[in-house]
Amino acid sequence: MATKAFQKIYTKITQITKATCSLKATGVGYDELASVNGKLAQVVKIIGDEVTLQVFSGTEGIPTNAEVVFMGKAPTLKVGEQLASRFFNAYGDPIDGGPEIDGKEVEIGGPSVNPVRREQPSELIATGIAGIDLNNTLVTGQKIPFFADPDQPFNQVMALVALRAESDKIILGGMGMTNDDYLFFKNTFSNAGALDRIVSFINTTENPSVERLLIPDMALTAAEYFAVQKNEKVLVLLTDMTNYADALAIVSNRMDQIPSKDSMPGSIYSDLAKIYEKAVQFPDGGSITIIAVTTLSGGDITHAVPDNTGYITEGQLYLRRDSDIGKVIVDPFRSLSRLKQLVTGKKTRPDHPQVMNAAVRLYADAANAKTKLENGFDLTDYDNRTLAFAKDYSDKLLAIDVNLNTTEMLDVAWELFAKYFTPAEVNIKQELVDKYWKN
Amino acid sequence: MATKGIVKGIVSNLVTLEVDGPVSQNEICYISVGGVKLMSEVIKVIGQNAFVQVFESTRGMRVGDEAEFDGHMLEVTLGPGMLSRNYDGLQNDLDKMEGIFLKRGEYTFPLDNDKKWDFKPLAHTGDKVKAGDWLGEVDENFQPHKIMVPFVFEGTYTIQTLVEEGPYTINDTIAVLTGEDGKDVKVTMTQKWPVKKAIICYNAKPRPYKLLETGVRTIDTVNPIVEGGTGFIPGPFGTGKTVMQHAISKQAEADIVIIAACGERANEVVEIFAEFPHLIDPHTGRKLMERTIIIANTSNMPVAAREASVYTAMTIAEYYRSMGLKVLLMADSTSRWAQALREMSNRLEELPGPDAFPMDLSAIIANFYARAGYVELSNGATGSVTFIGTVSPAGGNLKEPVTENTKKVARCFYALEQERADRKRYPAINPIDSYSKYIEYPEFQEYIARHISPSWIEKVNEIKTRMLRGKEISEQINILGDDGVPVDYHITFWKSELIDFVILQQDAFDDVDAVTPLDRQEFMLDKVVDICRGEFKFDTFIEVIDFFKNLINVFKQMNYSAYKSEQFYNFNEQLDNLLKERTEN
Repeated sequence: MATKAFQKIYTKITQITKATCSLKATGVGYDELASVNGKLAQVVKIIGDEVTLQVFSGTEGIPTNAEVVFMGKAPTLKVGEQLASRFFNAYGDPIDGGPEIDGKEVEIGGPSVNPVRREQPSELIATGIAGIDLNNTLVTGQKIPFFADPDQPFNQVMALVALRAESDKIILGGMGMTNDDYLFFKNTFSNAGALDRIVSFINTTENPSVERLLIPDMALTAAEYFAVQKNEKVLVLLTDMTNYADALAIVSNRMDQIPSKDSMPGSIYSDLAKIYEKAVQFPDGGSITIIAVTTLSGGDITHAVPDNTGYITEGQLYLRRDSDIGKVIVDPFRSLSRLKQLVTGKKTRPDHPQVMNAAVRLYADAANAKTKLENGFDLTDYDNRTLAFAKDYSDKLLAIDVNLNTTEMLDVAWELFAKYFTPAEVNIKQELVDKYWKN
Repeated sequence: MATKGIVKGIVSNLVTLEVDGPVSQNEICYISVGGVKLMSEVIKVIGQNAFVQVFESTRGMRVGDEAEFDGHMLEVTLGPGMLSRNYDGLQNDLDKMEGIFLKRGEYTFPLDNDKKWDFKPLAHTGDKVKAGDWLGEVDENFQPHKIMVPFVFEGTYTIQTLVEEGPYTINDTIAVLTGEDGKDVKVTMTQKWPVKKAIICYNAKPRPYKLLETGVRTIDTVNPIVEGGTGFIPGPFGTGKTVMQHAISKQAEADIVIIAACGERANEVVEIFAEFPHLIDPHTGRKLMERTIIIANTSNMPVAAREASVYTAMTIAEYYRSMGLKVLLMADSTSRWAQALREMSNRLEELPGPDAFPMDLSAIIANFYARAGYVELSNGATGSVTFIGTVSPAGGNLKEPVTENTKKVARCFYALEQERADRKRYPAINPIDSYSKYIEYPEFQEYIARHISPSWIEKVNEIKTRMLRGKEISEQINILGDDGVPVDYHITFWKSELIDFVILQQDAFDDVDAVTPLDRQEFMLDKVVDICRGEFKFDTFIEVIDFFKNLINVFKQMNYSAYKSEQFYNFNEQLDNLLKERTEN
């Protein structure tokens, strides 16, 4: 593939838009990188001898006589053990003042895993947060986003999850992250003494938005290196994928493509799937798990970005502020982990699935009782007990500041059952009640 | 001489080729990129320019790269040995590919060239035959796999020679046929067929009328699908589309099941890979995998091949139908297929239709669904392709082009509903909006009267009416309050709840409840309808609720007990006692 066309310098640009520029050039490969007056660009369209380049950092200040040099390769990342503990920008260049990485150069956005070579995910990821581990258990090789409004503490929860999860490497991909959030992640990871197992690719709000299109592929290329070459368990954090989708929409708009729903490009599903499907359990023990953030606008999940994401990911997690206890909880109703049944009751105690369902059912009864109360109806004794249970359940299990192992979570649940209910009201298989009911 | 082309333009996977000879629409060509040949399909021709969609990533392709045309459309290779295999959307055998990652330009042969099959002749020398007629059969995973006169043969042929019973590979000549023009042609056990053309080697395609048992009560009892029928399952994410599809593919009483995983999650396919080799077909006692073919074109695999994958699956289904077999084809999800069409239409800069989908979307969907069906073959045997597709409507809104266009052609509609899923009433198929047109077919009603019971259809219609009435009353109770309506209203409402909990809801993860055979469905329907027709007297609505909750609880335990087991009869007796107490009061 390596032709040596990149020595040639072109200096006649024929067309410039906000995100792209075009010129006459020959021998150029599709997806190839180029430099336009030092700005990085990528070939997105070739018609005859006219080549269109997407300029990542925007075309501001590019003159029609800009120097264009083609590099003869698609975007790449140098991979190696040295990636650990380092911070990079969207191009994979260090931003922490450290030296360049001396490693093997790999093209980003590489091929997909053959589905018949995948293993079925079966290893639980413990986070200590009961709203996740008890109700929406995560599994290695899973892909799951937080669906959250911008004001919710999703980055904090994600940092917490990352630090507690027993992973060998954590790869952080920040897209359109505020500088404050970037520093938050940096400080949290270094205070926890975890920097040596973290690799970060950061595009902040201060960087050009189109640049962030490279972030997920960079992060996942690094993840594949550790998962495939080193058989490590890798956790990839992508925040915020809505910003990524917005950048896609900008580029497709500049290229005069017909937008589909919510001004998103028609290929939004495939574009997002290509990223999320990198989550995989490899046969040799390595795995890539993706935890992402999709910010919503006013909680609207029918918008094209969360909607397409929901069809791709294996569940979703919602955060909610519970006014009864004044804490943020993981919403037990709308959150879902599609892979939980691969581990609950199998890798955890056998009572796990039944306890989980019983607690959520009782919590739902409490929600009904609350509605009754608000509508001015009388409450029964059972209603009052469910309300008291719900408050305790929220505080001791659903709140995000909980840190327990799953056995402890199950024990807490049984204690709450016994405190407020009779075994018949809890409706769990008799043999489990006999074994675990707290008298 | 084969036509050649030169790359002139590249936009993502749409490539313009300048050609030096004739090309046909949908012809296949291979573009050489850095020593690797990438398979592509012609989708538009203007003058000397052929626009092709490349089935792979075009990274690194250059203007000037060369292409060679193949002279035929995208084809599948048909023959014994397809069962139990895992193909990609272009029928490459995924298990034959090396390495963990898919390599660009790697194409693998879908069958086994070396395996010897025990061929038994079914025809005789001197017989007059035409395309699709059976020459003989081999045993493929305990199914009789018919070796047919290739579908491309036109006119009548005379069998010149036919080999004796014995072991042959798929490439051995098993027959020599003489055409009307006196020329001899050799026939092997394998043939090719272009995926975008329907295989129509049958005598007639009557209206389908035989119930296809799925073991799912809300389908079989309430909105039945038939052998050769079409149905679709739309639903927002998280409402159980995949669980539903898997349940049907595991349990349906079909000879062959083809699963097209079209643009969906890879881990869902992995689940099938992991489970099916161990699960047992409830109808034959054999391993499920033995009757299954998986076409996996997951969401991260190339978009153009995703479009091809549903056609590949349908063509294989039609091939097995021509052998007189009952084939069930499941495609998850047809929305991803439509999106693949949209992406290409967009790159071709065609004027868009609604939601930027191509204008001919409705015709494409209609043509595809029309390929399913129940057929009579020339020898009197019958075969069928039953097609069930899922639809993933954007934002869960059923007023979008894919759902609307599918609704026009599919005869069964299974609407998965968010509200039901939120209330954990699974399967979350809305009993009021969903329908099966087959239940109105006189030939189906006659079939049911003969095979199940003459009163079946009447009872099914009755429970549908009761569900609708129950819904109306529940809305009134919500407005007026429990005390604001007569006690009779509560009775009517709880009768509909009884139907919902006992017949409609089913636990797909429970070994017993997951599959309900037809005789058991008949028993339960009779029992529930009898109760619904009963007159009860209650003083307060609280009594009504207590009584029906009790009934439902016993019925649920019964659903979890093996049919006609001691436990089952115990619960049945409990039910009868509960009813007796109530009517004696």
